Amino acid sequence: MDYKEFRFRKLKDFLHAVRNNKIALFGSVTLLFFLLVAVFGPIFVPFSTMEFGEVEDMLLPPGGEHLLGTDDMGRDVLANLISGARISLLIGITATAISMIIGCAIGIVSGYFGGRTDQLLMRLTDFFLVIPWLPLMMVLAAVLGTSIWNIIFVIGITSWPGTARVVRAQTLSVKERQFVERTISIGAGSGHIMVHHILPNVFPLVFANTVLVASVAIVSETTLSFLGLGDPNHASWGMMLHYAFECGAASAGAYWYYLPPGICVVAVVLSFTLMGYAFDVILNPKLKGR
Amino acid sequence: MKLLEVENLSTWFHTSKGDLKAVNGVSFDLDYGEALGMVGESGSGKTTCALSIARLLPKEGEVTGGRILLEGVDLASMTEEEIRKRRWKDVSIIFQGAMNALNPVMKVGDQIAEAILLHDKTSREEARRRTAEILEMVEIPAVRAGNYPHEFSGGMKQRTMIAMALACNPKIVIGDEPTTALDVMVQAQILNLLEKIRREYRMGFILITHDLSILGETCDRIAVMYAGKIVEMGTVKDIFEKTAHPYTQKLISCFPNIWGGKTIPEGISGAPTNMLALSPGCSFAPRCDRRRGCCEAEEPRVVQIGEKHFVTCHEASGGGCGV
Repeated sequence: MDYKEFRFRKLKDFLHAVRNNKIALFGSVTLLFFLLVAVFGPIFVPFSTMEFGEVEDMLLPPGGEHLLGTDDMGRDVLANLISGARISLLIGITATAISMIIGCAIGIVSGYFGGRTDQLLMRLTDFFLVIPWLPLMMVLAAVLGTSIWNIIFVIGITSWPGTARVVRAQTLSVKERQFVERTISIGAGSGHIMVHHILPNVFPLVFANTVLVASVAIVSETTLSFLGLGDPNHASWGMMLHYAFECGAASAGAYWYYLPPGICVVAVVLSFTLMGYAFDVILNPKLKGR
Repeated sequence: MKLLEVENLSTWFHTSKGDLKAVNGVSFDLDYGEALGMVGESGSGKTTCALSIARLLPKEGEVTGGRILLEGVDLASMTEEEIRKRRWKDVSIIFQGAMNALNPVMKVGDQIAEAILLHDKTSREEARRRTAEILEMVEIPAVRAGNYPHEFSGGMKQRTMIAMALACNPKIVIGDEPTTALDVMVQAQILNLLEKIRREYRMGFILITHDLSILGETCDRIAVMYAGKIVEMGTVKDIFEKTAHPYTQKLISCFPNIWGGKTIPEGISGAPTNMLALSPGCSFAPRCDRRRGCCEAEEPRVVQIGEKHFVTCHEASGGGCGV
C-alpha cells in the first residue's frame, strides 16, 4: 500500500469513527454550524448591529420583520447574535491557541530538562494554577483596557497551567523511550529532540486537551463581558447578556433578548466539551470498546 | 596507523554505593575492515566499553582513565560539543532492541534522513536520495521509506537500524547485540549483510554479544571480557582452538558441540563478581578450578602467547606465581 493512500485511509477511519460516535457527531455538527454562521452569517442579515433603531422599534417581541425581536436600542437581536458568534468564537479559539502554545512549551521544556528547570517552571505553573483566575482576569482586563486582544491575552495567559502539567507528565514518559536516546546518539541537540520527537508524541493528548480548554475560554470570555469588561466595539454574546441585564430585560419579560445568547453559549461550550471527550475516546486506543 | 586504538581505558559509574569500575584497564585495537567480537556475561563491561568509545555513557558514567585514539585523535578528552558534532560520523551504534529505537510517529525514511541532515549540510532532496540508497543497501525497497515503523517486521526494523548506523559513512560501527530477539534465519541474514557492507566499505566493526557461535562466524578477532577486563583476546582460531584462559574454556564448554556426544553442557559455578568490591587479585579466581595460591592476592598481567593472542592469567605467565 502506498504511503499517501495509507494516510488517506487513516483520515477516513477517523471520520468514520466520528460518524459512528453519536457524542462526537453531535458536538462536531453543532460546532460546525456555529462556525459557518460566524463566517457567512453576517452576509445574509439585512440589519446593522451598530446603528440604533427608532424609538418604536425598542424591545419588539419576536416575529414579523425581526425574527428574534429587537433589543432596548431597537437593534435586531438575530443580527447581534450572529455578529456575537464571530467575536465569541474568535476570542475562544485564539485564546485557546495561545494557552496551548504556552502550556506545550512549558510542559515539554520542564519535563525534558528536569532538575532545576523543572522545579522553576512547575512552581510557576502551580502559582498560576492557584491564583483565583476570575479576579485576576478582571484586574488584568480592567488595567489593560477593554479591547478583544486584551481579553484574548488575559484568557490565554491564565488557562495554560492544566495543559502544562498534562504535557509535562507525558513528556516524562516519552523522553525515557529508547528512540530519544538513539536520537541523542546520532548527534541531535535538545531543541531538535523536543520539537521533532517529543512534540509529535504528546500531540494527541494536547489535541484532546485543546478542545476542553476552548470551552473554558469561551465561558471566561462570556463572564468577563457580562461583568462589563468586554470590548464595546465588538459585542460578543457576553456583551449581549450584559446589556440585557443592564436594561432589565429579565424583569421586563423580554426573554428574546437574554435567552438566545445564553443558549448559544451553552450550545457551543457543550459541543466543545462533548468533542473533547469523544476525541479522547477515539484517539486513545486504551479507551476503545469501553 | 590503526583505525582505533584503545589504551588502558577505565570507565567508572558513580553510584550511591560507591564507584563501580565497569571497565577497568582495557586495551585493544581495530584495523580498517576488521571485525572484533566482544563476548562475556551480563555486567562484564562489554556495552560500557562500546558506549565509552562512542562517548554515549549515561550521566553517572565517566571515563576515568586511558585514551581512545581514532586515527590518532583522542576521543576521550573531547568536550561534549565537539563530540556531538563528530558523533555518528566517526562511530555509530546499531542499537539493541530495534523495536523501541524508532520513533513510532515518524516515517522511517525521515528518521534516517534526520541523521544525515544533522551532520551534512545537504539539501532535503539529497538526504532523501541517500536514504533511498542506504535502504536499498540493507535490502529494503526504497518506496518503504514512507512507511511508519509499525508497518515493518522485526527484521526490517533491525535492518533499518543498520541503515541508520551507515547513514553518515562512519569509520566504526558498533553492533550492540544487533540480532538478539530475532529468529535464527533473520539473524543469519543480518549478519551476512553486515559482513558484506563491512568488507565493501572497509569499516571497523565491533560486535557485542553473548553468543560465541555468532562471533566465530562473523569476526576476525575475539575479546573475552570478565569483570571489566579483557581476559583473553586473539583470532577466532586462537580463542576456539588454543584456548588459554580458564574462563574462556568454561564459556566455550557452556555451548553444546554439534560434533560432541550427548552430554549436558556444564555451567560455570558461582556467581559473577561483585563489581563494587573487587578483590586485589584475579576477579575470576573464586570461580576458577585451576586457581593457585597467589591468584586471589596478586593481579595477573597480560601475557602474549601467540602472534595476536593475549591472555591475562597467572597460569600463562610461566606457570607459577610471582613471575
